[in-house]
Order: sequence, then structure tokens, then C-alpha cells
Amino acid sequence: MKAAVIVFPGSNCDRDIQVAIEQSTGQPCAMIWHKETTLPRLDLIVVPGGFSYGDYLRSGAMAAHSPIMRAVKAEADKGVAVLGICNGFQVLTEAHLLPGVLMKNRDLRFICRDVDLRVEATDTVFTRRYRKGQVVRFPIAHNDGNYFADPVTIKTLEDEGRVAFRYCDANGNVTEAANPNGSLNNIAGILNARRNVLGMMPHPERLADMLLGGIDGRPMFDGLVEALAA
Amino acid sequence: MKAKVHVMFKEGVLDPQGKAVSHALAALGFKGVNEVRQGKYIELDLDEKNPDKARQSAEAMCKQLLANTVIETYAIEITE
Repeated sequence: MKAAVIVFPGSNCDRDIQVAIEQSTGQPCAMIWHKETTLPRLDLIVVPGGFSYGDYLRSGAMAAHSPIMRAVKAEADKGVAVLGICNGFQVLTEAHLLPGVLMKNRDLRFICRDVDLRVEATDTVFTRRYRKGQVVRFPIAHNDGNYFADPVTIKTLEDEGRVAFRYCDANGNVTEAANPNGSLNNIAGILNARRNVLGMMPHPERLADMLLGGIDGRPMFDGLVEALAA
Repeated sequence: MKAKVHVMFKEGVLDPQGKAVSHALAALGFKGVNEVRQGKYIELDLDEKNPDKARQSAEAMCKQLLANTVIETYAIEITE
């Protein structure tokens, strides 16, 4: 599987995701600077977490219009898998690769802790190694993770099974108390219509090695390799 | 021309910052503040001399970058 991570000024999870991917692929994962305008042939493109452009104007707004994102969009349109984590999710919504927007957290606080998530969609290259309804624990670390979209968009996402992850309690119950940031319908991650683009606020790459205290994130990368290894 | 752009949350979109400011004003003893909504104000200094064209150009900037029309509205004022 040929993978690359897009690096913006202010990205700070780019190396973590590189390590997680290389651990699963055994192949080097390329790092691509945002000023590049073309991409090599890839199976997976990752838009990493961080604070691209210092979150100026809106989180992800500047990065969404950087030169490389035109190429990312073109590849996504061809069906190449694109994964946006945290700030990467914000960038993908601002770039209109995914619908909706990540607003400031309900309680106006930066939240940095592990959360339980229910896996809702398993028919994707990202989530095939998880069971539907499985509860996994990933860290979140964000100020703007409050997913919002108009009612029609939310209905479409729900009807088409495009909610990939939802915030839940340890038993898998999707409750208001288990919603850390105010996201509509406890949405933590969504897919595009073609299901080759996933955006999510939680960080699978931060729990992909026992040294980090858990490996709940690892099946995502193993599954991607399984699905995309040429 | 100058373009003065106000970007605000749409009606119905929760504005937690505005709410927090409203609570803080109440805590300071200011009475009769029904609601606070917080937005952004952006000034653009444009080469364009024609006000209509300046507005069109600012409008395109709002749509593409300055506002996220999923949650925000914008208002443009063109001045000399």
C-alpha cells in the first residue's frame, strides 16, 4: 500500500500517523508538503491532525485552499482513499470533500482525553477490520469538534449509513452524556457518498501501539493495508 | 474601494461564544441584554474602483473563503 501524509504549516500529528501506517505496511509512507501541486500514484492519502495555519479564520479553512488540496480532491474523485483525522477532518469539510462543519466545542473548552466510540459502518476500507457496533477507545484532542450540518444533510448521512463512528459510553450506548463536544447525533466520523473519504475527530494513530497504552486504532491501518495492498 | 465584511452565524446556529459573553455581561451587572451574537469583521482594501465590481469580487471571496456558508452569513459594505 502506497500512502502519503500531507503536511501543512502547523500539522503536528503527521509523524504519528506516518509511524502508525509504516507499522502496518512495512513500507515507507511519504510526507508531502502543502505547496506541492501533484501527487504520485497512491492508495491512501492522509490529511493529519494539528493546527494548520494556526486555525486562522476557521480551523482548516486556509489548508483547504492550499495548492496540494486540488490534487487531493482530484485523487479522491478518482476513488483513492482519503483519511482526515482531527484538523484533517476540518480541512476535508472546508475543502467540500465532506459535508458539514466542525464548530467550537459545546462547552468552549479544548478537550484532550480518551473517548469511547461505536463503530457504525464497517463496509469501508477504513473500518473493515472492526465489527459493527464494536466499542473502541480513541483519544480526542480538539477545540473545534462539534459536528454540525443542516437537517437534510444529517438525514442523508444517516439514511446512507455514512456515519462511521459515534461517541458512546463504555457499553456502546449513544447518550448525550457521552457526547464530548455537542456533535449532532454524537457524530465522530463521517464518509462521503462513495465511501472512499473518511473524516473523524478521534485519533486512531495515537492508540496503534501497546507502548501508547492500547491498540484500538491498529485495525484501521491493518484493514487499509488488507484492502489497498497492490 | 474598501470592502467591510461582517461574518455572522446564521439564525438558529448555536453561538456558544456569544452565550458565554452574555453570561459574563450579566455577571458584571449589565441588565437588559437579551442576546449576544459574536461574529467576525474583515476589512479588504481593493484595487477595484468600480463599486459594483468591488462588491462582486468581495462576494466571491466570502463564498470561497471568508465565510463558511454552512453556518455563516456575510454582509458586505463597499466604501471609498
